[in-house]
Amino acid sequence: MSFLDLDERLIQIAEKASLVYSPLVDIKTFPDWVDLTLVEGAVSNMEDWEKIRNVRQHTHTLVSLGDCAITGNVPSMRNQFSANAVLERSYHENIELYPQIPRDMVPHLLARVRPVHEVVKVDVFIPGCPPPADAIFFALSELLEGRTPDLSAYTRFGS
Amino acid sequence: MMPEELTELAHKEQTDAQQWQHQIHVCTATGCLSAQSDQVYTALTREVRDRGMDKTCRVKGVGCLGLCSAGPLVQVNPAGTLYQHVQVDDVPELVQSLKHSPVERLVCSTDIPFFQQQVKIVLANAGNIDPERIEEYLAVDGYQGLLQAVTEMTPSEVISEVIHSGLRGRGGAGYPTGLKWTTVAKADSHQKYVICNADEGDPGAFMDRNILESDPHCIIEGMAIAGYAVGATQGYIYVRSEYPLAIKRLRNALRRAERLGVIGNNIFESAFRFQIDVRLGAGAFVCGEETALIASIEGRRGNPRPRPPYPAEAGLWGQPTLINNVETLANIPAILRNGGGWFATIGSSQSTGTKVFALTGKVNHGGLIEVPMGMSLRSIVFDIGGGIPNELAFKAMQTGGPSGGCIPETHLDMPTEYETLNQIGSIMGSGGIIIMDETSSMVDVARFYMEFCQDESCGKCVPCRVGTAQLATLLTKIAEGMATPEDLILLEELCDVVKHTSLCGLGQSAPNPVLSTLRFFRHEYLAHIRQ
Amino acid sequence: MSRLSQQVVTLKIDGRDVGARSNETILEVAHENDINIPSLCSVEGLSVVGSCRLCLVEVRGTSELVSACSTYVREGMDIVTHSERLSHYRQTILSLFFSERNHLCAVCVSNNHCELQGQAQALGLSHVEVAYRYPQLPVDASHERFVIDHNRCILCTRCVRVCDEIERAHTWDVAGRGVQALVITDLNEPWGSSETCTSCGKCVQVCPTGALFEKGKAVAEMSRRRRFLPYLAKTKEKSS
Ligand SMILES: Cc1cc2nc3c(=O)[nH]c(=O)nc-3n(C[C@H](O)[C@H](O)[C@H](O)COP(=O)(O)O)c2cc1C
Ligand code: SF4
Repeated sequence: MSFLDLDERLIQIAEKASLVYSPLVDIKTFPDWVDLTLVEGAVSNMEDWEKIRNVRQHTHTLVSLGDCAITGNVPSMRNQFSANAVLERSYHENIELYPQIPRDMVPHLLARVRPVHEVVKVDVFIPGCPPPADAIFFALSELLEGRTPDLSAYTRFGS
Repeated sequence: MMPEELTELAHKEQTDAQQWQHQIHVCTATGCLSAQSDQVYTALTREVRDRGMDKTCRVKGVGCLGLCSAGPLVQVNPAGTLYQHVQVDDVPELVQSLKHSPVERLVCSTDIPFFQQQVKIVLANAGNIDPERIEEYLAVDGYQGLLQAVTEMTPSEVISEVIHSGLRGRGGAGYPTGLKWTTVAKADSHQKYVICNADEGDPGAFMDRNILESDPHCIIEGMAIAGYAVGATQGYIYVRSEYPLAIKRLRNALRRAERLGVIGNNIFESAFRFQIDVRLGAGAFVCGEETALIASIEGRRGNPRPRPPYPAEAGLWGQPTLINNVETLANIPAILRNGGGWFATIGSSQSTGTKVFALTGKVNHGGLIEVPMGMSLRSIVFDIGGGIPNELAFKAMQTGGPSGGCIPETHLDMPTEYETLNQIGSIMGSGGIIIMDETSSMVDVARFYMEFCQDESCGKCVPCRVGTAQLATLLTKIAEGMATPEDLILLEELCDVVKHTSLCGLGQSAPNPVLSTLRFFRHEYLAHIRQ
Repeated sequence: MSRLSQQVVTLKIDGRDVGARSNETILEVAHENDINIPSLCSVEGLSVVGSCRLCLVEVRGTSELVSACSTYVREGMDIVTHSERLSHYRQTILSLFFSERNHLCAVCVSNNHCELQGQAQALGLSHVEVAYRYPQLPVDASHERFVIDHNRCILCTRCVRVCDEIERAHTWDVAGRGVQALVITDLNEPWGSSETCTSCGKCVQVCPTGALFEKGKAVAEMSRRRRFLPYLAKTKEKSS
């Protein structure tokens, strides 16, 4: 959403870069080679794990966008408990009708939610929950110019 | 008490001792006690009495006889025959043999380097005197050093003697003792304190415990001399409560010393008064750090505080305080009796005197040893220690416990000195030495010490509190073969941060075992890393 | 700490010549001269503990770093407060703080008012390299007006000190060692049943993070009022 808050600045960026993959575009497989990938969200399950490793393999510069990707943030609150305890709580204890833990369909939970950089190498970090549009714009502009952005004037952990 | 009385008592004890045809010394320090030497002692006493020999033969409980790995140890004097692994069943045969030749199967040869190459100053009385009788201490010139100091010397003359001796602190860092005394003496205050640091928390170290158990009066004498020199009237001995025997003997010795008047008011008819109290610690390693120790005596949580001010300037209850290690103080009476010049001839030029070590691990002869400074590390392992058992190869020598490092074979020819040990990434430390053979994993060793530091960190400052926990996690990851090359980089980076930003010595030295094993055994780390 | 007899000294901080009294610490002198040295445990008006280690500075001519909050200035000192090395150390120290407990800025009552969060931004900490530890820690909401959430506590002991030194109640203290350490009320009893707590709320006002807060505050609502502290510290000094 923050990304969309870039508003008309999106056009400035679109002049220099093209959007080749996103959950909202039509292609279902990650392209062979991408110059810059922004990832948001923490690594929680096997699907995330495989996806991020694939992304890393096909990306030049990987950017962790937002606190969930960088710190684990709210998703990592479950890390104080075992994955099983979390499933129990969500699918048994709080369910009155036919409680059951799904085995197929839902990806297998990792023992712990991890920030992206604990799983693959990350090149740039844009903290914030959510990161302000200005921070994203500054980071993208700098990266497009081939510079490493220093974002401490634009954003921080939290909001 | 009058000085003459002291001499008289000493003479009487010396004469009394001559009446015995045989004196059987049974080690009753913690090492041999844990092998039931107390039962051997009781059995010997009974046997001697039952055979009607108790007029000519005395059975005496003494302090540490040194070769703890062969305990229970019994020595028969004046012949000097040493028996090892003595059991209650051996007792009749042993007493019987007094009239004939020694019991060969139990004899422990004292011809070996373990006994021959030691030089004893601190442990001179250990194994010879009954630590529970002040008379025996007096008979070996006990309290003569104090007598001389108080009756013939000015405080500054006493300090000069200590400076002249070149004695350095045995608590780990090797700070010149004379200099520390000078600072406290010069501090301007009507109330000063002397503290004896007997917290001894390093795993594998038992030097101070054995000194206290074997010869408590030499610590009392050392403290009183220190008190006289720096102008203190009150002393505290801070002992961990995990040392019940040392505490019992210390308290007993203090009572005797008070009754005799060698501590208390008007010592030797002079204006000097000095009193000593025992304070018990709960056994936290960090409470050995001087500022934490002081906080603990004051009844507060044992947390270190930033220095300066050093205790010498503002210590216990804000007053100038001299804090010395047990072994440091144990050297003082001998220095006073024989002169600083005599002391300085022993050992090497920068590290004078002797050092007591608790030698443990994979060596043939383990125990409490005292060697002249400057002796090569190799001699400690292979001569004194008698080499590695089971025909295995030597791998490393750990000195300085959780603050020290592992020394490989290539550096064994270095002399035992403060500076050289620092150069090779370890420290003299308080005297624990652990020998490791080729089967030991250096990563495991580093991990063991890091987990120790994590547990013992007081938790006040973040680099040590969390840093040691992070380092321990990383070392576990490495040991379990789960670590990546990046983890190794992070390990080294964190070591640097913890070492340079922690508040007290615990954190500052916690990375040492990792750094030194990385320096000499990096290949072992690399072998564990997932590529 | 003994306040030595005062002398006037001159020294250099970051190349600037500054004047000071010899009973001032490096941190105090730096602040007087608008030189910022980061710190989390020190607060004007409370005793110095030197535990957060963020205020470590270099003194030219020595290899050791000293904590600015606990080191008195001396004539001719040449102090460096910012360098690549210091900045690396400070970032790592902050990382250790973040990794230790469960700091979730986005859902914290102190979001935007938190000193830990602020220091992370000021010192350019973009992410935490060491592994998060995720300990399970209690929240004590037994007090009628306040809550202590140990997940956000950095053990700076400001609460312990203000309660002991200013309010003179000594309700707070620290129990346990190392990463097991926790601030506790009385002899580790629920805060609500504390017999020494006067409910003055000073601890809540000095807390640098969201560990101590007033009931009823939602995310980002907990700001602190500290103006009382130097004033009360002064009156205490006078009366003792
Ligand atoms: C973590 C830590 C533990 C220590 N433990 C001891 C100890 O058990 N015994 C001791 O004498 N010194 C110990 N020390 C050193 C003391 O702080 C102090 O330097 C010493 O007692 C001074 O005596 P010395 O000058 O006679 O060596 C320790 C230091 C640190 C940092
Ligand atoms: S270095 Fe460790 S033991 Fe020393 S003050 Fe810091 S936390 Fe406590």
